[in-house]
Amino acid sequence: MKFLEIARKDLLAEFRTKQMLNSMVIFALLVIVIFSFAFGNEATIFVPNLNKKIVDLLAPGMLWISFTFAGMLGLSRSFAGEKEEGCLEGLKLCPVERSEIYNGKVLSNAVLMFLMEMATLPIFIVLFSYEIKNILGLIVVIILGTFGFIFVGTLLSALTVNTRTREILLPVILFPVLIPVILSAVSATGIMLSNGNFSDVAGELQILVVYDLIFFVVAQMVFEYTIED
Amino acid sequence: MLKKIVYAITAVMILISVYVLFFIAPIPIDPGAAAGDPGNFKIFYFHLPIAISAYLSFFIVFISSILYLRSKKQKWDILSLSAAEIGVVFAFLTLVSGSIWGRSAWNAYWVSWDVRLNTSLILFLIYLSYLMIRQAVEEPEKRARLSAVFGIIGFISVPISFLSVRFYSKMHPCVVPPCPSGGGGGIGGEVLYYLLLHFAAYFLLAASLMMLRMDNENLKEKANELKRKNNL
Repeated sequence: MKFLEIARKDLLAEFRTKQMLNSMVIFALLVIVIFSFAFGNEATIFVPNLNKKIVDLLAPGMLWISFTFAGMLGLSRSFAGEKEEGCLEGLKLCPVERSEIYNGKVLSNAVLMFLMEMATLPIFIVLFSYEIKNILGLIVVIILGTFGFIFVGTLLSALTVNTRTREILLPVILFPVLIPVILSAVSATGIMLSNGNFSDVAGELQILVVYDLIFFVVAQMVFEYTIED
Repeated sequence: MLKKIVYAITAVMILISVYVLFFIAPIPIDPGAAAGDPGNFKIFYFHLPIAISAYLSFFIVFISSILYLRSKKQKWDILSLSAAEIGVVFAFLTLVSGSIWGRSAWNAYWVSWDVRLNTSLILFLIYLSYLMIRQAVEEPEKRARLSAVFGIIGFISVPISFLSVRFYSKMHPCVVPPCPSGGGGGIGGEVLYYLLLHFAAYFLLAASLMMLRMDNENLKEKANELKRKNNL
């Protein structure tokens, strides 16, 4: 359970400055605002043959674009911050398994992501005067999707921190690997927003759970290779 | 010497297969059932072997990445680099030939909700980013280690991508058995032999290119070694 200590250290440092959290929330807000400028007028148009409003079609994509883009900011700083002042060396000297470092980072990144998502969702509802039909289902989908994002993202953030162009490289290598998560999460979110049940998204939820499990396990095995010298 | 024989066989096989493709092989589908110009379906003899060669190359990247992390031997790193580069080129050719064929058969270059198209694109993108990682790290040992990690997780995400896009309807036909949702027909008799000829030719091509690329990398290593020895 040493990873709780590592996560606590990260979150403590983060809440002292709130540097990361502020920029993530503001960035997510900006993405939503840009979407509302771009689609605001057309969003309420009703499409008869789909029996949906245009905003229903766009909402899942908009939400996940803002989540993943804002999450990317947090991920790229997650290990880059440790690089300064040799903190990563200190972490590696900790008498814990290397995978505990990974688990701790996952936890702190996930907390930041969830805080950002909790701030973004109300803004989205206000700007599009949107009504979420199945809030519980949406929360489950967002949690599963976020964990998938964080499990892979934390591993690749550790991988890119040693490269020359880390801030640019991370999104480039992360998004192709994330495609299953984003596809399933967007599709499941769309169904949950329009009053679907868990049984309607069973397939998507299966994919998300399988993806989360596989990458959590694989990351435990390969993480030590990303930070060893 | 052995390598030179392989290269020679490859060159001959490719020439033969191109000749066969244009002048001998039959159209691999009942011309009445074909959408568009049935002659366009001959691109199939090229499209399928290239795609399978790309998949095999990516599988080689996966295996040699694991072997590298276990043994830290440089030869595995060189193998995964060569396989990834060849795989990316072949995957790109698959996408291009598929799009050209699709324009004729489906009247669209790209069908964004199709399983096979998306999986091929994802594969291509993942290994493109694999090459990006290799470019971004200068120290050889670190480069080998980091790209091996990505080689493993990249390959694992492919079957899941495959599953996730399964939910959407399909347009790309299923040709190579087993085909759970039917299909799998269309290849038999004469067509099969010509197809196997093309498979042999393009597998040999992929293997020869891989060997050339590995030789190239080994020579580069040797040159660096000499430079270091003579303080150049």
